[in-house]
Amino acid sequence: MNWTWFHRLGSPPHIYRIAGTLTPWFAWPAGLLIAAALYGGLVLAPPDYQQGEGFRILYVHAPSAWLAVMIYGVMASAAAVGLIWRMKVAHAVAASCAGVGAWFTAVSLLTGMLWGKPMWGTYWVWDPRLTAQLILLFLYLGYMGLRAGIDDLGRADKASAVLAIVGVVNIPIIRYSVEWWNSIHQAPSVMKMDRPSMPFDMLAPLLMMLLGFTLYFAAVMLVRLRAEILRRERTASWIREVLR
Amino acid sequence: MTEFFAMGGYAVFLWPAYLVTLIAIVANVLIARRAHDGAKQEARRRFDLEDEGSTT
Repeated sequence: MNWTWFHRLGSPPHIYRIAGTLTPWFAWPAGLLIAAALYGGLVLAPPDYQQGEGFRILYVHAPSAWLAVMIYGVMASAAAVGLIWRMKVAHAVAASCAGVGAWFTAVSLLTGMLWGKPMWGTYWVWDPRLTAQLILLFLYLGYMGLRAGIDDLGRADKASAVLAIVGVVNIPIIRYSVEWWNSIHQAPSVMKMDRPSMPFDMLAPLLMMLLGFTLYFAAVMLVRLRAEILRRERTASWIREVLR
Repeated sequence: MTEFFAMGGYAVFLWPAYLVTLIAIVANVLIARRAHDGAKQEARRRFDLEDEGSTT
């Protein structure tokens, strides 16, 4: 088997260049999808038969919550690859995920509170789903704090990777909390095995938002990754060529 | 139009939720760009220092 692709995958100048080329290909579709979904979600989608116009918070809440969990998955997977195959670029990817993940976890909590108040009558309850999502925020912050607290890069990579991997246990808890426990949080409307419980006008903007946010994350993460690679490679001669 | 912004009485919850999300989207683009620009500048400065050191 030819392993050249694997070594190229781990080569910082190669990744730096690829990341730069790919970024606009993620950023533009993301912007268009989010703009279209905004119009679809706020204007075209019919009001919910129970929640009226209030349900439209869904279009910012669900994509943020999806990003929060999805980014953690990417971060922990990259951290695992970095630990197992000692691939430094993988650690750089993990490190580039954490900040964005923390932001959108906070957004999912805040938008959830703003949705909870009119629908449940309270901003916050210590519900399994909500609590697990709050723990996710602490995991991100702990990961970032741990990295910031260790000067030696190699040790910071390893220690933070272990934390990220251990924290994965929280992900199924978030995902299945509404099924395992008698949660106040409503069950998922899209990712069900049977038919989605939404009319098309409502569902289409949501799916576009989910895809748009995912592409947006890819673009932002790649820019952060380039910064991370430059900082790690500080003395490498290829950076001279790139910056010329 | 007024009806649209009223959002059936949910305006006080709905618009802040959208605003928070918008802030996060814009902020993360700015943070990422600043990190990359900062890293490039720092690298340039370091190379300039090295070049000075080697010529004198």
